[in-house]
Amino acid sequence: MIIASGIRKFYGENAVVDDVSISLPRGGITSIIGPNGAGKSTLLSIISRLLGMDAGSVVVDNLDISTTPSDVLARRLSILRQDNHMTARLTVHDLVSFGRYPYSKGRLTIEDKDHIDRSLDYLNLTELSHRFLDELSGGQRQRAFVAMVLCQDTDYVLLDEPLNNLDMKHAMGMMKLMQKAARELGKTFVLVLHDINFASWYSDHIVAMRDGKVVRQGSTEDIINPEALKAIYDMDINVHEIGGQRISLFYD
Amino acid sequence: MFSTGSDGLRFLGVGIAVTIVLAIISLFIGVSDVSLSAIFAPDPAERATQVLLISRIPRTLAIILAGSSLAIAGLLMQMIVRNRFVEPSTAGTTESATLGFLVVTLLAPGLPLMVKMLVSAAFALGGTALFIRLLRFVPVRDVMLVPLVGIMLGSVIGAITTFFGYRFNLLPSLLAWNMGDFSGVLRGRYELLWFGLAGTVMAYVAADRFTVAGMGQDFTTNLGLDYKLVMRLGLVIVSVVAAVCLVSVGSIPFLGLIVPNVVSLMIGDNMRRTVPWVAVLGAGFVLACDILGRVIRYPYEIPISVVVGVIGSFLFLYLLLRKRQNGA
Repeated sequence: MIIASGIRKFYGENAVVDDVSISLPRGGITSIIGPNGAGKSTLLSIISRLLGMDAGSVVVDNLDISTTPSDVLARRLSILRQDNHMTARLTVHDLVSFGRYPYSKGRLTIEDKDHIDRSLDYLNLTELSHRFLDELSGGQRQRAFVAMVLCQDTDYVLLDEPLNNLDMKHAMGMMKLMQKAARELGKTFVLVLHDINFASWYSDHIVAMRDGKVVRQGSTEDIINPEALKAIYDMDINVHEIGGQRISLFYD
Repeated sequence: MFSTGSDGLRFLGVGIAVTIVLAIISLFIGVSDVSLSAIFAPDPAERATQVLLISRIPRTLAIILAGSSLAIAGLLMQMIVRNRFVEPSTAGTTESATLGFLVVTLLAPGLPLMVKMLVSAAFALGGTALFIRLLRFVPVRDVMLVPLVGIMLGSVIGAITTFFGYRFNLLPSLLAWNMGDFSGVLRGRYELLWFGLAGTVMAYVAADRFTVAGMGQDFTTNLGLDYKLVMRLGLVIVSVVAAVCLVSVGSIPFLGLIVPNVVSLMIGDNMRRTVPWVAVLGAGFVLACDILGRVIRYPYEIPISVVVGVIGSFLFLYLLLRKRQNGA
């Protein structure tokens, strides 16, 4: 379980994350949704120690992130931000191999190699494994980054907009893969998602943010309904039930 | 692509062999006759052997050590700053090392060279840290602006150095330091360059850390490494290398830029694989340039910094324009 309490983050006078206290359950997929500038990505960066906080604390399975050594955390929790600009020319295989760094410190064991092959296979990258990242399309590159954090084999996987750059087929494939990893391997995924239909269809738990605060959280039913969505996005959204799942229509 | 496996090692073997051949050629070029027959000829003064031991071998070692370590320093800077076009001479490092050497030469001329080198390295570290600080105000993705900031900073520091050099009548010394030249290398006057080898070895030992740092701060933190620590280690290596090369042979421009870029195009940026390549090609490139400088207007010599500067600036232009075409 990830417990964040009283988190605040200011940019100048502006509170981007304003006194957020939440607990994210272990197992399954938790999606963080909300309008632009709600503080979703900032919160994710703070939870994963990429960004310092001005107040508050984060505890991941009894490990306080501000006192736990970073390499210990790297075996519990992994994070992938959006817009990863990589200037280093690495092959897909190199990149994914570095996911094992917290364990191997550069000396890959047979077990590490198994993890690498499996992650490449999971994301259909085996064929591309010896290509350089700068020779790939945006979607292929995004899959390579996700393969790297999966290869890190942590209990918690935090992904900021993991569906960025992915076409429908790969976006669905990515969500299914997370669902499978959550069910079979007991992993916990925390995602920032923009597409509320993806969030609705695949999440076990949804957190909604607005203006730096958590405005709602709960099951899909609690969040994906016209009243709650109005409070989150300040617009009228129709929700339909299709095949037992809730789908939102926001085209006018 | 010979990026991995035995093929890569075979090519590296070829590179090492070529470098060794160049090193042997370098031993036997010069005004004084040093050939195998001269060495083994009956000569009570053993003139040829003496020239070989006192001048030729030290010179060749100095070239290999300076060439490989400056190329490695360039590679480290490029990984740390995450920009293809930085190296000690486009980041204010070399100019700061020169300023440090001038200051210590003025204030405490009697100190041993080792101490002067350390002062110079400390200045290099300070200057490079200032460069990194300045980069916070520059969008990192602007590929061209980063080296421009470094060159501007270097010019400002260079101007200060020139001012004091002028006031204290040390302009000729300054010129000699800035003009990299191996012709003055003798036994007893190049040994500091072994620190450069130490830097190369450290770069290889910590290669994975530097590659991770080259992926950016977020990736580094995610993988449990202390980004600032890795960065500091890299900057210390770069500063020491820049300082030992400066006080031993003078500055050699572009070297740290061309060699790592060529290697990056060949086999990518995974430092575990690139460090041996960069070291070998750096040594080979400087050996070739030095031999060229020695034979072009034999029996006179053209300083290495001129040869490398001319060849290097053309290669640099090529790399720049090539980058532009690819949309960087």
